[in-house]
Amino acid sequence: MNFILGMVIAAIGMGPVVMIPLVGVGVLKLNFFFGVIVPYAALAIFVIGIIYRVMNWSRSPVPYRIPTTAGQEWSFPWIKSNPIDNPKNTCGVVARMIFEVLTFRSLFRHTKLEYRNTETGPKIDYEWEKWLWLAALAFHYSFLVIFLRHFRFFMEPVPGFVHLLEKLDGFMQLGLLPINGLGTPGVYLTDMLLMLAVTYLLLRRIYIPQVRYISLPADYFPLFLILTLGTTGILMRYLIRVDITAVKELAIGLFTLHPVAPEGIGVIFYVHLFCLCVLIAYFPFSKLMHMAGIFLSPTRNLANTSRMVRHVNPWNYPVKFHTYEAYENEFREHMIEAGLPVEKGLDSEPAKKAEEE
Amino acid sequence: MSLNGLLLDKRSSIIKKWRDLVISTYPIDTQRFLKREKDRFSNPVGQTIAEDLEILYDQLIKDNDIDQISRSLDNIVRIRAVQDFKPSAAVGFVLALKRLIRKEIGVDTGQGETKDDMEALEERIEAAALLAFDIYAGCKKKLYELRVIEATNQVSSLLERANLKVEIPEFDPVL
Amino acid sequence: MADTPKPEELSKIDHAPPLMEGWMDVPAEIRPGIYCYGGKAKNVAAVGMPNPRDWNPADDDWKLPENWEQIIDEGMRDRLDKYRSFKLFMDICVRCGACADKCHFFIGSGDPKNMPVMRAELLRSVYRKKFTAAGKILGKIAGARKLTEEVLKEWWTYLYQCTECRRCSLFCPYGIDMAEITIMGRELTNLLGLNIDWIAGPVANCNRTGNHLGIQPHAYKDMIDFFVDEIEEVSGIRVEPDLNRKGAEILFVTPSGDVFADPGTYTAMGYLMLFHYLKAQGLDITWSTYASEGGNFGFFTSHEMAKRLNAKMYAEAKRLGVKWILGGECGHMWRVVHQYMNTWNGPADFLEEPVSPITGTKFETATGTKMVHIIEFTADLIRNNRLKLDPSRNDNLIVTYHDSCNTSRGMGFLEEPRYVIKNVCNNFYEMPPNTIREQTFCCGSGSGLNAGEDMELRMRGGLPRANAVKHVHEKYGVNMLSCICALDRAVLPTSLGYWVPEVAVTGVHEMVANALVFDGEKERTTNLRGEPLPGMEDEE
Repeated sequence: MNFILGMVIAAIGMGPVVMIPLVGVGVLKLNFFFGVIVPYAALAIFVIGIIYRVMNWSRSPVPYRIPTTAGQEWSFPWIKSNPIDNPKNTCGVVARMIFEVLTFRSLFRHTKLEYRNTETGPKIDYEWEKWLWLAALAFHYSFLVIFLRHFRFFMEPVPGFVHLLEKLDGFMQLGLLPINGLGTPGVYLTDMLLMLAVTYLLLRRIYIPQVRYISLPADYFPLFLILTLGTTGILMRYLIRVDITAVKELAIGLFTLHPVAPEGIGVIFYVHLFCLCVLIAYFPFSKLMHMAGIFLSPTRNLANTSRMVRHVNPWNYPVKFHTYEAYENEFREHMIEAGLPVEKGLDSEPAKKAEEE
Repeated sequence: MSLNGLLLDKRSSIIKKWRDLVISTYPIDTQRFLKREKDRFSNPVGQTIAEDLEILYDQLIKDNDIDQISRSLDNIVRIRAVQDFKPSAAVGFVLALKRLIRKEIGVDTGQGETKDDMEALEERIEAAALLAFDIYAGCKKKLYELRVIEATNQVSSLLERANLKVEIPEFDPVL
Repeated sequence: MADTPKPEELSKIDHAPPLMEGWMDVPAEIRPGIYCYGGKAKNVAAVGMPNPRDWNPADDDWKLPENWEQIIDEGMRDRLDKYRSFKLFMDICVRCGACADKCHFFIGSGDPKNMPVMRAELLRSVYRKKFTAAGKILGKIAGARKLTEEVLKEWWTYLYQCTECRRCSLFCPYGIDMAEITIMGRELTNLLGLNIDWIAGPVANCNRTGNHLGIQPHAYKDMIDFFVDEIEEVSGIRVEPDLNRKGAEILFVTPSGDVFADPGTYTAMGYLMLFHYLKAQGLDITWSTYASEGGNFGFFTSHEMAKRLNAKMYAEAKRLGVKWILGGECGHMWRVVHQYMNTWNGPADFLEEPVSPITGTKFETATGTKMVHIIEFTADLIRNNRLKLDPSRNDNLIVTYHDSCNTSRGMGFLEEPRYVIKNVCNNFYEMPPNTIREQTFCCGSGSGLNAGEDMELRMRGGLPRANAVKHVHEKYGVNMLSCICALDRAVLPTSLGYWVPEVAVTGVHEMVANALVFDGEKERTTNLRGEPLPGMEDEE
């Protein structure tokens, strides 16, 4: 399998994701099925799937305390320790996890020191090699903000934080006014960021040979899915208008468990919704589970207390090892000759018995 | 323009092509890393190639400081001697410079001063290639030596203790 | 002359895979200089590991058991159920590539299968085929592939090109640790008898005699006696070490490499001198011939084997009736002691919480395991002014410090050694920041790969470390690399011998002993190596 084939397969996978709602709603008018049943089913798969996966991971114990220590351990009071990268207790672990989850600390880790040859001799320079970290951060946070902004569809009245987010997110409106068609309604920063970040993440997969070498269809597929999700969302907002009142009616219906499928929303909305449904239904079976997995990662979520507190392995079992007795039995004569202390003299009964064996 | 002038003129272009040629002997998936990662501690292979080819070029076309040449050759060949290369491929990059220069200069070097200069340069490159081969052979020999030394070190004190090691007694060199 | 390649072909390499070919179908090559010899039947049988037979990795027939695929199948299932780490690391990788260029073997070889993520994918692809629905149904489309003999050979090739240094796990956003996957992978290969002899031999020896070389107790004692003589020659002090003495307060365990191999022997002499120095201040310590190996090659075989070898430490501590254990300078010994020992063979309730008999300092970090690192012990002594040191005796050394992978990324043991070093020598320079402390580069020969036959592999893997050493050598004139790992002391002289022959290797306690001023010692003219001390060059 090469990378082109990988992308083609992922793209083929995308075909049905777009076509099914187009045909299902556009031709067959199965509004209720795609507007209500599919979302509920996807949500159910999402929730049950994640619970199942996490339970499945949790079923396997953590036999050893194996944190990756990324800083000075806590030892003497006169040595400054690094309580976050090498946590001594649960507080430290929580801090480490917060940094890991909210700021992608490990991904940020490597500072690049560069020695560049200039005309005045070699010069030390710092190269900014944090594009992956930045794109990952932009992508995840944009996704979160966009998700939260969508609450204006789910809830009536619209909660305050949503208004706040919209305001913050939409501050670019004036700046883009001169571009025809983009001026109204307000452009959301996160829409742009998300699309840019996902595009970057996709391009680096294709462009950087090492990453291309390791990429699987399962790496391209979610990117394609999110790109389509974003594209349909942006299209709806700026170019192909849909009946927002009807959308809100449907969303609130779903949210309040009184589902309705109003007429005349526009088929593009259903493509958007179906993409989302596929994404969340696909989630538990894919690498996207890293979201839950990070919390369970034994190299990150354990304190470095290995020598202080005994970590119990639930399946620890006794092993047979070469005992001192067997050792002395084999070498007793030599040991005595060399003046090493022994448990039993040469004339003792057990020694004779061992000799005979 | 004299040959040297031309070579200086095309310096960066020839060096870049030369470097690309050396990098192209590595697996395709890692070539970008070798070229792009500029930190010499994160990418010793790529950076050694980049830095020492540049030095080599300058030395070969004008200064011809043999110490400097052998140092730079050593840096590169020492690495290639422990990578998956046949001996010819490990040192072949030196001779490739000849071809590159002819192609890049692209002028008639068939007569007069330029011809002499060109011949002299090519001789220097050939000499450097031979030197590279010596270094390569030296590296391989060194590996075997180190293997023996390490094996001896691993039990050195035991050998000494068991009187298996003979120290050459010191004696007056006046015979 | 058909075989003579054209000049242009000569400079082309032979192992570049075509762009359009993925990695899955390119079998691994077993190359001389890269692979280690297969474990000998007698060594594998001596510890009761499966499928003992003499085999050669270069042969086509690896003499696998009939039902090998079933064994791997069950082995994988068993480990997935027992280790959350394994299960999780099989599932959550997003192949972002952050780890790709962090591995010393990748950096030194350029072989893309040495990217940690790729090495893990070799196992993951089989995991998907066997244990995930998508992999079973979609096969290659889902990144899954069948376990064939070719694949098994590929596993073996690359599992024994990983030194379990954990550098990749530092940069992984989810903490995926290739060392953990290598450990599992090596356990699986060991189920089929696919160990390397450089690991199997030491394991068998260590099990029987207590040390990797198979040295019998009387010869061990002989070695210590030899050190005693050497020390007397240098310092005029006659040290009186104890072996296997019951009733001592402390048991000392160190890797056997330091007792038999240069330049580790000088570090061992350093321990002996330090202990003797402290005797008057109340140190009561014994060595053991039975538990004479801290370094645990079982850890490169399987958890169970590691546990069996490790069990001797507590057993001996109990037999001798000591209060606590002091451990010498070693890398993976400390990974094992720090993160595994108490879980495997504890609780050590027959021991007491370690307190320094000299300073009264309680070692809070070691209250559970009851085992203290000798660097901690010495750092505390220096801090409390209990050692009379003359660092100028090390003035002929310009020193840098190499963090061993295991103590830095498995313990976070970074400042203590630096504190000791700075107190025993005057010239100390750090290597560049992205090559030390938690980001330290492996020596390139760890996890049992320090055999002779894989010398080219070791040199490649050692390049990133040696390259940084070369930098400080050229910049500051560094001529001595200090370290706190016996394996480093065994293999770095070789690696530096190839890359930076001007730099030698020392243990920290060798420098401590050289700087240590005894009451009533004769005027020292040489260091432990017999080299003249600074200013004493003419005394010879």
